[in-house]
Amino acid sequence: MKHSLSFSTIGEMTIMGQFLVKRFFQSLVLILIVSIITFFIMNLAPGGPSSMMRMDATAEERAAIAEQLGLNEPVIVRYKDWLLSALGGDLGTSLSSGQPVIERIMERFPYTFQLTAITLIISVVVGVILGVISAMNRNKWQDNLINFGSVVGLSVPSFWMAIMFILLFSVELQWLPSSGVGDSSLVDKAKSMAMPVIILATSTLPTIVRFTRSSMLEVINQNFIRTARSKGAREKTVVYFHALKNALIPVVSIIGVLIPRLLGGAVIVETVFGWPGMGRLIVEASQGRDYNLVMGVTVFVTVLVIVSNFIVDIIYSKLDPRVKAY
Amino acid sequence: MKLLELTDVTIQFQRDEQTIIPVEGVSFDVKEGETVCLVGESGSGKSVTSLGVMRLVEFEGGTISAGDIKYQGESLLTKSKEEMREMRGKDIAMIFQEPMTALNPVVSIGDQIVEAISLHTELNKAEAKERAIKLLGSVGISEAKRRFGQYPHELSGGMRQRVVIAMALSCDPKLLIADEPTTALDVTIEAQILALLENLKKEMNMSIVFITHDMGVAAEIADRIIVMYAGKIVEDGDVYEMFDDPLHPYTLGLLGSIPDVNGDRSKPLLSIPGAIPAQSDMPRGCRFNPRCAFATQQCLEQEPPLLAVGNRKVACWNYEDVQKAKPTGEVI
Repeated sequence: MKHSLSFSTIGEMTIMGQFLVKRFFQSLVLILIVSIITFFIMNLAPGGPSSMMRMDATAEERAAIAEQLGLNEPVIVRYKDWLLSALGGDLGTSLSSGQPVIERIMERFPYTFQLTAITLIISVVVGVILGVISAMNRNKWQDNLINFGSVVGLSVPSFWMAIMFILLFSVELQWLPSSGVGDSSLVDKAKSMAMPVIILATSTLPTIVRFTRSSMLEVINQNFIRTARSKGAREKTVVYFHALKNALIPVVSIIGVLIPRLLGGAVIVETVFGWPGMGRLIVEASQGRDYNLVMGVTVFVTVLVIVSNFIVDIIYSKLDPRVKAY
Repeated sequence: MKLLELTDVTIQFQRDEQTIIPVEGVSFDVKEGETVCLVGESGSGKSVTSLGVMRLVEFEGGTISAGDIKYQGESLLTKSKEEMREMRGKDIAMIFQEPMTALNPVVSIGDQIVEAISLHTELNKAEAKERAIKLLGSVGISEAKRRFGQYPHELSGGMRQRVVIAMALSCDPKLLIADEPTTALDVTIEAQILALLENLKKEMNMSIVFITHDMGVAAEIADRIIVMYAGKIVEDGDVYEMFDDPLHPYTLGLLGSIPDVNGDRSKPLLSIPGAIPAQSDMPRGCRFNPRCAFATQQCLEQEPPLLAVGNRKVACWNYEDVQKAKPTGEVI
């Protein structure tokens, strides 16, 4: 008995190992493609690093800086150089500050992580609850109200809504700070985070509400729901255990899609609210033509998306016994 | 002793502006230890009737708009939702047509049975699990201990139906409603499941309301048959008498549609022409008259009541003519 058990465990681990190796190489290819596209598009933009483009710089000074930064080489050669050093684990130094790129990313990453993780958690919890309420009260006022809110959230551009929020809560009511991360006290931090999180959530929460709603409506009419009722299960158990456990499966898969959307939304939200995260960093880097920094942030975000999607896949396979991730 | 008693039960559904009445004025009773078959084609109202007894129609947009349903002499319609919920699974249990979809796909079969046990008994988790494993064994599932942790997709259709049966019987119900439990299964499995139900019924001394469209299955399992057509009962009687001597032309047609293994194979199988009319163009008079070979002027104008003929009942003006026309071949 013990023997066969260890055998199957070893078998399982080999299968999982193969899966991990396969996923790793797929991811490498993806990162390569993303880096190529970013590098070439970035170099199509006119101008150069801000250190070189100073108004008072003479033509000789510019040529010297370009020479020093190796910008006179053909794009393809520069990409090759960047790639070789990146494969060696070196993302280069920031052209504007001279700091290593990875250092600048790591300064900013915790802020973006805070913002997006809290937004994601709130979106999932609130979104699933609202979706269930919506589905269970189909075509009643609760459903109509939630639907209306979702449409507004999805269709109003977040930069505009962010400005309206600042006008209302910061300028008029003076409840919340219009920018910054707050000092060390928790209340202050929460206050600074409130608006960025709400605005960022408008791009993810409605999607989760809608997915949960339609998924619940589909599940609630299935035969096993009738079976659950026929054995005398309480209506709460029927809805929040039997139905929701099935309805969550497609919702989990949509989270994988929402994570890139969150990171993209963070660019706008961080810029508007002066949030010192990676979103603002990439805006600064692009404006200053800090080529190394742009590449570094892009690759870093790509890896983030790949890792989070991997986690989503694992959760998915845990929720649905019919699906195996590997 | 009457266990279940339906009196003039009418069930209606509100769909947009339209009222649909799939069951109208249905009365019958089920005695203790009796197996009653509700027989009829799709749309005859037999499933809705059974969902009405469980008061499950309420969850699907239906209401029991008239009549009364009594269980052990007590009306089920005056019970509160909570009282009714407590009866489901404990006093009256149900098994369904689609074993492939009747079980929750993301919950292990063991947990689904344990849930039913925990709802109606005081057993703790370990005791409930032990009982669930025992039940799985008693419905003929081998290696019950291993199967306990498996998910529905790991089991065949017949196995799943056995699980559904184990779940339904987990709290020793007095009445089991089986809604076409073998329709989705192949014939050898069907025979096994019917035999299993028969045995369990004897062991547990319960009553069964068995819904089927198959007269052959009904002959196998029923003590009494109730034939439904377009939401009404057209004939109600002992299984042997009905097969020997059907009173309603619809019953006669149903019996004629069973292939006879020993009979003349060159003879074509009979079928009843047409289909159950839609709610919107239900004929005047007897609802069966457009498809009936025995219809007279009276049938076109007046709806026949359920008349008592000996200890049987029939809703037909011309049942005496029907009696003269024998069904094709011996069936039992």
